[in-house]
This record gives sequence, structure tokens and C-alpha cells, in this order.
Amino acid sequence: MLEKALVGNKKYWMFVFFLLVIIGLGFLTYLCQLSQGLGITGMSRDVSWGLYIAQFTFLVGVAASAVMVVLPYYLHDYKAFGKLTVLGEFLAIASVIMCMLFIFVDMGQPFRAFNMILHPTPGSVMFWDMVSLGGYLLLNMLIGWTCLEAERKSVPPPKWIKPFIYLSIPWAVSIHTVTAFLYCGIGGRSFWFTAIMAPRFLSSAFSAGPALLIIFALIIRRISHFKPGYEPIQKLAQIVTYAICINVFFVLLEIFTVFYSAIPEHMHHFKYLFVGLHGHTGLVPWMWASTVLCLFAIVLLVNPKTRKKEHLLVIACVAVFIGTWIDKGMGLVVTGFIPNPFDTVTEYMPTYREVLIALGVYGIGALIITVLYKIVLAIRDREIAN
Amino acid sequence: MRGEGRVRTCIGEADDCYVSSSRAQRGDLPDALWKGIAVGLTLLAMTQNALLKAIVEDKKMGVKRRDFFKIAGVTALSALTATKAVSAFAFGPSGHGGETVSKDNAVRWAMVIDTRKCGKGAQCKNCPSLRACHEAHNVPDIPNKKHEVKWIWQDSYDHAFPTQTHALIKDELKTRPVMLLCNHCDNPPCVRVCPTKATFKREQDGLVMMDQHRCIGCRYCMSGCPYGARSFNWVEPKPHIKKINRAYPVRTLGVVEKCTFCAERLAKNQGPICVEACPEKAIVFGNLNDPKSEVRKILSVSDSVRRKPHLGTSPEVYYIM
Repeated sequence: MLEKALVGNKKYWMFVFFLLVIIGLGFLTYLCQLSQGLGITGMSRDVSWGLYIAQFTFLVGVAASAVMVVLPYYLHDYKAFGKLTVLGEFLAIASVIMCMLFIFVDMGQPFRAFNMILHPTPGSVMFWDMVSLGGYLLLNMLIGWTCLEAERKSVPPPKWIKPFIYLSIPWAVSIHTVTAFLYCGIGGRSFWFTAIMAPRFLSSAFSAGPALLIIFALIIRRISHFKPGYEPIQKLAQIVTYAICINVFFVLLEIFTVFYSAIPEHMHHFKYLFVGLHGHTGLVPWMWASTVLCLFAIVLLVNPKTRKKEHLLVIACVAVFIGTWIDKGMGLVVTGFIPNPFDTVTEYMPTYREVLIALGVYGIGALIITVLYKIVLAIRDREIAN
Repeated sequence: MRGEGRVRTCIGEADDCYVSSSRAQRGDLPDALWKGIAVGLTLLAMTQNALLKAIVEDKKMGVKRRDFFKIAGVTALSALTATKAVSAFAFGPSGHGGETVSKDNAVRWAMVIDTRKCGKGAQCKNCPSLRACHEAHNVPDIPNKKHEVKWIWQDSYDHAFPTQTHALIKDELKTRPVMLLCNHCDNPPCVRVCPTKATFKREQDGLVMMDQHRCIGCRYCMSGCPYGARSFNWVEPKPHIKKINRAYPVRTLGVVEKCTFCAERLAKNQGPICVEACPEKAIVFGNLNDPKSEVRKILSVSDSVRRKPHLGTSPEVYYIM
């Protein structure tokens, strides 16, 4: 089926070329990081994880969100999602690959990456994260490909794939739970040390992921003969609405616990995020932007009149995506290190080279999605033509 | 069992190996010979151990009592010899834990730092302990604070004990320097989180060690450590080392490092170099499991605290206030 990705119009090839340029730039910058070390990034002795690990965390959520189309279709027989499940699964594939690449570019000794397998350490959550992410990638490749192959042949998917599909549902929850455990199992970083971390991760994932799917579905409707219907998109919009509301609710739970108990160790991180700490306010504008975006999205989504208008819905989805991205992709990881164990502040800002490498990884993800969706659309175009 | 109980020799080009050996000692035949014998005996002991286990487990084989004791005796003997050889001949940490080493924890190294004495002497402006440590272990002196590598350093009381300070604390305490280093925790979070066992707790004496050949540079241990005791090599360290000590390895780019309680010196029955270099005798090192040791004596008569004890890491560096 891959050959279908090799046939396309001029716009398709220009987009692929554009992505290749971004990937190339990222790769060249990565070579520079490889030779000079991670010192070319904005990370430091105090803030030892930054943009890369944050993107990894955010994208695990996007990957997990495929379950939001798979579950209603297969467990509740919600037929309208039938055509969207494969889009969700392919989005998951691209996201998991990006996750792995972000871990890889974050390593000081990437050529030793296989030490994770040579010296398996079940006591480390990172080991389980590798297992769950790898398993999820394989599951989605298997399911997505098999179902698409069946679709191409105009036959129902084979029976043996069903158990894998059912398995992929709890597995999706597991990848983001284990990723949350990476953080909330560390007693010394009070910002992360919260039992609600995994639920928070899941709620932000189930808002950002389906929001992205809605955006993709609307783009697909404009550029191909396959027209994702109004109904499934509205259903996805409902999912986004519930998830973003729950996400904001969870954040408020954290804020209540932290500020009512008034334990300084726990308050300092939240203060740094929203008002600044010891005169350092690097993330304050970002976090308020995130808050405003999420609240704005909730207003648009909760009100059925605005949610049902697709041009407003897409604005809400973009707001949800950017809002949750700032929260997880910028706030969550870095703030765990601010203040540091000495109660002093070392701020973090990614360098332009770090951003280029991250963009390169996103470019690879976008290329994978482009190719996979192209195959799906080519198959569906032919179905429609017949 | 993969990787367990292996012995690291670090002879030759092991430039960034954590145990010192041996540029200076290379070609030193008796030493190398003893090391060889020790490796052989260790391997022998391990094989016999495995054999013994197999025999005990496999009841169908019906081993005679006498044979059993024979094997057991030889195993015990060779294990003992190997252990002796290992400790006697400057081996340093025997891989990860090491089945051949006694697990009765007769030794639990710990450090007591008397902050009342610290910084009082004429030489203390440029702390000799700190300098001695960093020179002996090829710790680079990197001007960019963000990329700093530190094994031992001084900070204020407020920063060392951020949860045990208040606004009206006496001035003398506020300005008193506190020596900070790896706490060699009994329950080390860095070891718990490491995905490759590159950092591990030595069974025989509780030291928290680093295998810089195995470290993948994921820096999970730095997130795990609540004491900020770990440094990552953000930049190439070599250009920032004024004078390279050929007897100790230089680390490579992209790995994490920290204080090892001078494992390479302990192996030669010497104490940590910071203890030796301190002109005020403010640092005392010893075996916590020995009731007669100096550390135990001091702890039994002084007011001592540890950093962030509420986290349950059980740090083994004690501070007299």
C-alpha cells in the first residue's frame, strides 16, 4: 500500500519537500549537538530536563488519544467513528515515534540507548515506559495497517485483529499512566509529587488529541474526496468538551490542595508558574496565555450554539491544543525543577538550536502522518470513484 | 544475572572509567597478576555457586551429602579468597553488588561534617578539601554556572536546609558554610529511577556508585536526587581541567557523575581525600556499623541533622550544627 504515498499532485510534493527541509535542518543541528554535547541547549545543572522531555510527555498524550475514537467504535458500536479510527491509530503511530525520537535526542549518550534493553531494570519507571510505548506502537501499526488493508480489499477486518484492538484500549491508558509515574514517583520534586498526575495527563491528552483529530478531519474534508461527516466531528467535539472541563477541574483541585494546605515546598512551584518566584517570571505570560486559551475554548465548546458551528469549533480546538501544549510542553516539566533543591531559581529557555532539533522531530512526525494519511485518502478516493 | 557480579578492571584505555586504576599502574606486573588471579577466582566462585544452586534445586540428581559439602566448601573458600583479593588489591567496586562480596553489611560508610569548624581556618578561603577532591577526580572547572560539575561544594545554611530555616536565624549560622556532596543514601532515589543500573548501591558498604560506561545520559537520576548532588557533562570536560590527574579517569561528554566517597581510595584503605585535606578536621568519615567508630562516637554526643530527612532517603552525611 505504501506505493500510494508516491503518487500525488504538486501541492503534496511541495509539502513533503517542505517537511524534508525542516527535518534536514533539525538533523544538521542534531549533529552539532552530538559533537558539542547537550550544552547547546538551554538545559542546565538545575533544570536538567527541558523542551525535549516536555514534548515527549505531551506527545504521549496525543498518542493515547487514539483510544477516544477506537473505544466508542469498538466497545459501543458507534458507527460514525468507523472511518476515523484508522486516522486516530495513524496519529498514534506518528506520535509514539516522535516520543521515542524526543527521548533519543535528549540522551547524553544516544549510542548506548540499547543499554535500556541490555540491562533491563524493572525498578525504573523509564523501563516500563519503554515497554508500554513500544507495545503501543506495535499494536497501532498492526491494527491500523490490517484494518486499512481490509478496507482496500472492501472486506471486513479479519477476526483475529479484534483481541488486539481490545488490548489497545487499556494499553492507551497505560502509556500515559506510566508516563505520569515517571514524574509523580519522585518524592524530591514536590511539583510532580501528586497522585492526580496520571488523571491530569489523561484528561489533557483526551482534550488535545481529539482536538487535533478534528482539525485534521476538517483539513481532509477540504483537500480530498473523503469527507468526514458532521456527526462524528460533533461527537469528537463533545469528547473534547468533557475532557478539557475535567482537565481544568483537575488543575483547580491541585491549586486548592497546594494553596489551602500552604506548604511552601508545594506552593513555590505554582507561584513560579502564575506569579513568578524570587523575581523570576519566565513562564508567567505563557501560563496565563494557556489559562485564557483553555477558558476561552471551554466557553466556545460548552455552548452548543458555538460548538455546532464548525468554523468556531475549529478555533476552539486550536485553543485547546495550544493551551494544553503550553501547560504540558512548557510548564509541567520545567517547573518541577524550579525552584531547585536549594530553593533557588535557575530559569530555563530553550535555545534556537534546541528548538530547531525539536522542530525536526515534529517534521518527522508530520511526514509520517502525511504519508500514512495519504495512503488512507488514496484508498478512500478510489472507493468513492468506484 | 546479566551484568551482575561482574568485575570491572578498567585497565588500559578506559579513559572515563569510574574506578581509577591505572594509567600510572599500567605494566605494574604484580598488581596486574593479582588482579588476574582475583578475576579468575571470582569467576570460579561464581561458576561453583551456580553449579551448587543447580544441584540443590535439581533433586533428581541425588547428590551425595559428601559431594555437596565438598562443593560447598570449595565454593566458600574460593569466594572468600576472591573477596580478599578483590578488597586487598585496589579493585574498587566489583560491578553491581557482586555476589562474591559479603552482604552482612559489616561496613556502612558515612560522613559527619562539623559545620562549627568549617571555614574557620586561615586556609579556608579557598577550601582545601574542595580543591583536593576536584583535582584528584579531574572535576572540570566550568565557568558557565549552568554547566557546572561539582562533587563537593559549599553553600549557605538556607540553601542546604531550605525547610529548616526561618527569618530570625542567628547571623553566624546564616553565613556558616555548609559542605554539600552526595549523601550516599541508604534508600537512594537516583538508583531507583536509573533505567540501566548505571548508578547502583554497593551491597558491601552502601556506597552509591556510578558506572560511567553504562550511563546513557538520560538524567533521570538528576530528577530523582533531592539534594542536587549530581552533575551532567553538558560540555566536553577535558578543556576545563587545569591539570589532569593521570591516575584517575576523565569523564566523557553526556554522562552523569558525582562524589563516590573516594571509592578508589577506600579500596586502598585510605579515607576520602576531602577528609584528609580539611585543615580544621571538620569532616570525619567512618563505619556507621561499627559502634566504636569515630562517626558513631561523634553522633552519640553531638546535635546532628541530615538534609531533607522527611523524604525517607536516609542520607548518610550528617551535619553537626
